[in-house]
Amino acid sequence: MKGFWVVYRKELYRLFASPIFYVVAFIFLALVGYFFYSSVAYYSILSFQAGTNPFLSQQLNLTDMVLEPFFASISIILLLMVPLITMRLFAEEKKTGTAELLFTYPISDRGAVLGKFGAGVSVLLLLLLGTFPAMLLLEILTDPPWAMILGGYVGLLLMSSAFVSLGLLASSLTENQIIAAATAFGALLLLWIIGWSESLVGPALGSLLKYLSLFTHYDNFAKGILDSRDILFYFLFILLFLFTTLRILESRQWRG
Amino acid sequence: MIEVENLTKFYGQVPALRHVSFSIDQGEIVGFLGPNGAGKTTTLRILTCFMPPTSGVARVAGLDCQKDSLEVRAKIGYLPENVPLYSDMTTRRFLEFAATAKGVVRSRTREEIDRVMETCAIKSVASRIIGHLSKGYRQRIGIAQALLNDPPILILDEPTIGLDPTQIVEIRALIKELGAERTIILSSHILPEVSQICQRILIINNGQIIATDTPANLTTQLQRNLQVYLEVDGPSSEIMEKLGGLDGVLAVKPANGGYTYLIETKRGQDLRPELARTVVEHGWHLRELKLQDLSLEDIFMQLVTDEEPGKERE
Repeated sequence: MKGFWVVYRKELYRLFASPIFYVVAFIFLALVGYFFYSSVAYYSILSFQAGTNPFLSQQLNLTDMVLEPFFASISIILLLMVPLITMRLFAEEKKTGTAELLFTYPISDRGAVLGKFGAGVSVLLLLLLGTFPAMLLLEILTDPPWAMILGGYVGLLLMSSAFVSLGLLASSLTENQIIAAATAFGALLLLWIIGWSESLVGPALGSLLKYLSLFTHYDNFAKGILDSRDILFYFLFILLFLFTTLRILESRQWRG
Repeated sequence: MIEVENLTKFYGQVPALRHVSFSIDQGEIVGFLGPNGAGKTTTLRILTCFMPPTSGVARVAGLDCQKDSLEVRAKIGYLPENVPLYSDMTTRRFLEFAATAKGVVRSRTREEIDRVMETCAIKSVASRIIGHLSKGYRQRIGIAQALLNDPPILILDEPTIGLDPTQIVEIRALIKELGAERTIILSSHILPEVSQICQRILIINNGQIIATDTPANLTTQLQRNLQVYLEVDGPSSEIMEKLGGLDGVLAVKPANGGYTYLIETKRGQDLRPELARTVVEHGWHLRELKLQDLSLEDIFMQLVTDEEPGKERE
């Protein structure tokens, strides 16, 4: 763990020093804002119509109409954005040769990996906090279910941490940032759609694939259910990818 | 201080180092000399624990570079080849990172950074972004980060490459100054540099150490034969014949220019008086006669080129 804080602080500094973060943050918040606005607007139109239709008004609620789509949209946008945040973490150090500096300082590999992971997660936490004012707007307009919102955010943080761990691994495999981003994006996309193939491969394999999907585990969070199985899944996922990243870094010890 | 035993390193199928062994005492300034691709950087990377050897052991201060990697790294200040630096950080910010990474305690960080900035004369660029600085400054920042936490060993990979002549002189002076109390290894493919700064030279070629000694000893040891430079006014063919016939003369070669010759004589025999007498006796005009020192360049070329003219003749 030696070196965690120093690497963490350096990575945060460099993430904020680069324009990538600001561009990603801007696009992310703009898209989330648009999604939020359109679902709230749609909800309010339907609510007006429901005034004359008692059957429809029973079907309408804030969770289904606004919060679930809101969290679902954030998770998809994160899938697109996280690889852009994580792509440079190791790839750039290898490309510019600073890896030689970093790994000849008395810092453990574990400290370096966790420091970079921590910095990535912190940036995502900041992005997620940036979406929180939308919830405050809901508080002004209506009476939102705060427990469910909290669950949604916990789930988003866990899921984006899992994205970061995968992005970190992709970045440690190459010295080209574009390749790192493309690999991470492809893997994340696969882990999303993998859950859809249940009908193709039969129930046994299908349920396994569904279990592996990063997004099926998020569904419960988006409904406000904190299930220990889902939390455990994300923790194991993160652990697996951080561990693999560490092994990749150590492979410089035996590779030519 | 540094012991290397039987170090071998393969990159895939390609051997970069083959059974390299050497040791370096405390306080020595040692130069690693060799053409590009000889294995200098590989050796230094193994010593700094950046990569392990395929086989063999490298020990720094009695600690194994592979097993006690973190302790070894704490004892070494390293300037990698091409000076990789975080180009989007300011000088001070980068040095802060390096100081913390190298274990300088928080309360001393500022003082320590000021000290190395003073030593390397980079105070004026403390708040500039490294990416905007010139090569000379970057090089000095690289040396400054190596000096942080005052490591007993400095390993500098091509410290003067890409610098202008004044900067080279400055950096060399700085290294000499630093070497007063530290063990320094530097690599270079520039001979005068190594012979000026270092007390001992390791010549490495094709992954093997082919010579190790002080610059002075290398020159005398490897001087196969003495060469005498002679400028004389007279009939060329006759001069060559007469001088070539003298006892102890191995060869007479016309050098550049009309009346000049290079005469190779057997080692340990100064033939200058005889040569002079012969020239004068034949009535030719002696213009110049001097003993030629084999320069370190010549020795180096002799060592690293495969053909060995010395062997042919003996």
